[in-house]
Amino acid sequence: MTDRGKWHERLKVTLWTLIVPPAIWAGHFLMAYLWAAISCAKVGAFATFPTLFVVGTIIALTLIALSGWIAWKQTHRPGDSAPHQDSTDIDRLRFLAKSTLLLAGLSFVGVIFTALPVVFLRNCL
Amino acid sequence: MRNPWLWALLVAGLTACNAEQSTLHVFGAEARAVRQMALVLTIGAVLIVAIMVALYVRAVRAPEGRLSHDGGMRMVLWLGAIGPTLILTALLIYALPAMRPRATAPGDLTIRVEGEQFWWRVAYDPASDLSPLSSANEVRIPVGRTVIFELTARDVIHSFWIPGLAGKMDMIPGRTNRLVVQAEKAGRYRGVCAEFCGLSHALMAFDVVAMDGADFDAWMARSRAASTGVTASRGARLFDAHGCGGCHAIRGTPHDADIGPDLSRFGERPTLGAGILPPTPANVAAFIRFPQDAKPGARMPAYPQISVADARAIADYLKGLK
Ligand code: HEC
Ligand SMILES: [Cu+2]
Repeated sequence: MTDRGKWHERLKVTLWTLIVPPAIWAGHFLMAYLWAAISCAKVGAFATFPTLFVVGTIIALTLIALSGWIAWKQTHRPGDSAPHQDSTDIDRLRFLAKSTLLLAGLSFVGVIFTALPVVFLRNCL
Repeated sequence: MRNPWLWALLVAGLTACNAEQSTLHVFGAEARAVRQMALVLTIGAVLIVAIMVALYVRAVRAPEGRLSHDGGMRMVLWLGAIGPTLILTALLIYALPAMRPRATAPGDLTIRVEGEQFWWRVAYDPASDLSPLSSANEVRIPVGRTVIFELTARDVIHSFWIPGLAGKMDMIPGRTNRLVVQAEKAGRYRGVCAEFCGLSHALMAFDVVAMDGADFDAWMARSRAASTGVTASRGARLFDAHGCGGCHAIRGTPHDADIGPDLSRFGERPTLGAGILPPTPANVAAFIRFPQDAKPGARMPAYPQISVADARAIADYLKGLK
């Protein structure tokens, strides 16, 4: 394996990286509300095609997918077979990685469900 | 038929007989879209339940060893997580466009409706230069035209709901909500208050009349004029003498208060007391003397001091207003 193929393995999943996907989801949620509030206050209507909002959504989805992918790679570290439930470093890593992966999946769907109404609805009232 | 469930089902079926106030008996484009969606969702839900039951049966009947743990987990992943997520996303995309309000143009008719314990104040074309046309407890709309309802309230939160026309919309004091609709079929229908608002909340309904465009225009023109039936009758004198004009307006008389329902065209109203009673002279007379008997908590004072005969004279006068 080359060095380039291993960078995601050097990036260790921790309790901090675990909250990255939901934090991005929360940030996107806030952006959706701010974007709607500002558009309605300043323009009086949603933009016909909310470019800025769509770009923000794509960035959020990409970041979540990236952290999900890193976590997925780390759950698949070669080693002993399941169950991974001892208080060893490698088992803790696998647990955190799996949790991050699941949270990333949830956050990905959450961001899409938040974005769809903004893209579909046009009126401020 | 000894099975109680069958009876329950039959009784539930009877609600389908109501054509005036029913989300299933639609007369507006918005309600039609909602009904269509409900149909699709119901069929989809039944299909999903049927598939789930079939899978259960298969799992229970499968001979020992035929099902693998891995296969089960894959099924949970696909049918338990990925499948529902995709279905819900598709449904969201399918349903969201229905939340877009119908587009409006400057010439569209605006009707302002205010909910009030326990009746409805209605104003047609409130911004018009012509003398504004007000009414109460009855909403008339032209078929095939876009109508903008501006909805608000003065006292507490009410909700404006004409099930056959569109979804409901809250009426919130200090705020004006817009509901844009289009009726597709002429007829008489019924709307209700759909947000608990006090003692007589359940007695706060209204009549809806969808009219052909030309009929509607003629009605509007006629209604802007003074009420026909304004006379110097005994009933009219009693109406003045008892101070009814302090709260009620009648076009063509000096009374223009808007604390209670506008009575200018009371004789045309299909119901009495906001959609609750047939407007027979006897019912009207009884309502005038003891409004709270018909509607607990009604905001009109009782007039026990008015004799039955006098109340009847007032009722006859009011019934003549068109
Ligand atoms: C303090 C204000 C007030 C006074 C005075 C008053 N009313 Fe009313 N009236 C109301 C209100 C409010 C309602 C609506 C009650 C409801 O449906 O909840 C009402 C309803 C009515 C209705 C039914 C209207 C409809 O659309 O069904 C009639 C008829 C009526 N009043 C007649 C009278 C007469 C006749 C008098 C005088 C003897 C009178 N009112 C005095 C406030 C008043
Ligand atoms: Cu109400």
